[in-house]
Amino acid sequence: MNTLTKSLDDFRELMRRDQVFDIVNRPADTTTVDTTHGIVLYLEGITKSFDGFKALDDLTLYIHDGELRCIIGPNGAGKTTLMDVITGKTRPDTGSAWFGSRIDLLRLKEHEVAQRGIGRKFQKPTVYENHTVFENLELAMHTDRGLLKSIGWRLTGEQLDRVHEVLELIGLTSRRDTQAGLLSHGQKQWLEIGSLLMQNPRLLLVDEPVAGLSGQETEATAELLTGLAGKHSVVVVEHDMDFVRSIAREVTVLHQGSVLAEGTMDKVQNDPKVREVYLGEEE
Amino acid sequence: MQPQFALSRVGRLHSKTAWTILAVLSVLALVVVPVLYWVVPPDSPFHMPGWMVTLAGRFLCLALVALALDLIWGYTGILSLGHGVFFAMGGYVMGAHLTRIAYADGGLPNFLQWLDYSDWPWYWAGFDSFLFTLVMIGLVPGVLAFIFGFLAFRSRVRGVYFAIITQALTFGGMHLFFRTETGFGGDTGLTDFDSLLGFELGTPGFRLGLFLASAVVLILAYLLCRWIVTSKLGRVLTAIRDAESRLRFTGYDPLRYKLFVWVVSAVLCGIAGALYVPQTGVINPSEMAPPASIEMAIWVALGGRGTLVGAIMGAGIVNVVKTWATSAYPDLWLFILGGIFIGVTLFLPKGVAGLMRRRKGGEA
Repeated sequence: MNTLTKSLDDFRELMRRDQVFDIVNRPADTTTVDTTHGIVLYLEGITKSFDGFKALDDLTLYIHDGELRCIIGPNGAGKTTLMDVITGKTRPDTGSAWFGSRIDLLRLKEHEVAQRGIGRKFQKPTVYENHTVFENLELAMHTDRGLLKSIGWRLTGEQLDRVHEVLELIGLTSRRDTQAGLLSHGQKQWLEIGSLLMQNPRLLLVDEPVAGLSGQETEATAELLTGLAGKHSVVVVEHDMDFVRSIAREVTVLHQGSVLAEGTMDKVQNDPKVREVYLGEEE
Repeated sequence: MQPQFALSRVGRLHSKTAWTILAVLSVLALVVVPVLYWVVPPDSPFHMPGWMVTLAGRFLCLALVALALDLIWGYTGILSLGHGVFFAMGGYVMGAHLTRIAYADGGLPNFLQWLDYSDWPWYWAGFDSFLFTLVMIGLVPGVLAFIFGFLAFRSRVRGVYFAIITQALTFGGMHLFFRTETGFGGDTGLTDFDSLLGFELGTPGFRLGLFLASAVVLILAYLLCRWIVTSKLGRVLTAIRDAESRLRFTGYDPLRYKLFVWVVSAVLCGIAGALYVPQTGVINPSEMAPPASIEMAIWVALGGRGTLVGAIMGAGIVNVVKTWATSAYPDLWLFILGGIFIGVTLFLPKGVAGLMRRRKGGEA
């Protein structure tokens, strides 16, 4: 009898009409990116500490749809942790991260984040060394990445055209059947950017794209990235100040895990706080 | 070679030359061996003795193990030092079937009588049916691999740590089956066999049937593995081996892929065990001893990781040497095995298959 009353109570509790459960309240569509408010990435109050060290400290940052944003900051400012939080590799202690206004990034795993349209380029160029350039791009293609699909997979003509288009864009058409491990450092950087493009992402996170590149390659990379902005939103983390100057419209300076300054390169460079912690030491 | 052929699914599986070699080897196993054994009279110098047919059949089973291990280690980069447990699971399932047949007229094997059973315990139920046994040969290692793999891969256990826990798995399995109370014959294992599918143990029909079954299974398993590694699935597996985090940030969930290939590998290994046991006449817990699993890894390393043919050759070479050495110099065998392993690591990082490729002047 007792159990029955208890179950009844539970049931009544469940049917209360003066509250809304989280499960009901969740946005209906969590697969497409909603940027009707002009913002593609909302990061609010994010804190992450490792053994007491605050890698990110109450960080708040918004990335607009289609913009090219550079993030700079001294070593240990939290740039890589920030990337890790956005891509689902690290969970923050507090704060929220939304992709568009509907996708809660903190609920997703790495591969789900990637499927929703956030591509990430690592600091050290990471390509599949034993695959050819073509296969690298084919694997990165935005499509059903399930197990069963991959067994009977064949490229359609349209997809083949897309691969060739990207090959052309990253200047590797003639290396199409070369093993990626045999490419030069710069070519690997470009192949990785090409792989990102194959994913057809709304937002690209690019970690130090010109590290170890020659002057000419750097210029070409700058051109490529500025060309991508508009169609995609691009966030570039970079140490090379000349490079940042050449591409940046909007710059965010990170320091000790939070945003120190934000604005155009000129404005940021003349900010006394920024000069003190970062640029001042350099110039 | 016509480009059309190269583009077809069959052509992507293998070049024409390789298909020809495969066909020749298949004919050798499926036609020439039976003729030499069955048709050629025993007093002819070309006659193949029965023990040799069974020995060859056993080698084919071990080659299947190497194939299974190569799929997970060579292609996906996950080293398992515990495949002996899957091999033994397949073997015990077959052993249980053979034991039930041997006692079909009533009675119980001694090890069950000592445990005070008057009838077959529940976990022995069903093994009198061959069909049920066939299903269990795949199911038992498959389910074990699925549970173990799911837990390990979900926690992202990788590399040497994974290798160590697979070693622990097989070690634990060995101890479980060593106990008499487990009800599978304790340290002697299962050995009272007398027939399979109506063929009496040791008769020519029995020997040849098992040899042919082993050959057919190996050929089919080879084609299955080849089909996997030449598909996009195979390219994803290699990508897991070379840059797993890149793959994850590209939108793939490595867990499913790893789990799939891990289970396929375990099932193939179980099938190999099931075919092996009737050809040796015994299954006991020593198959799950850690050194047995490590030896399997040496077959693959010697033959060449990441080439299916290499794995098969490696199993063949090591076992031929083993058969000779354990009778000629029984005390030295482990030193020889260790020497092979060190030699391969130092001088043949890509194994025999890599050596052959270098000889041909292709890529090193």
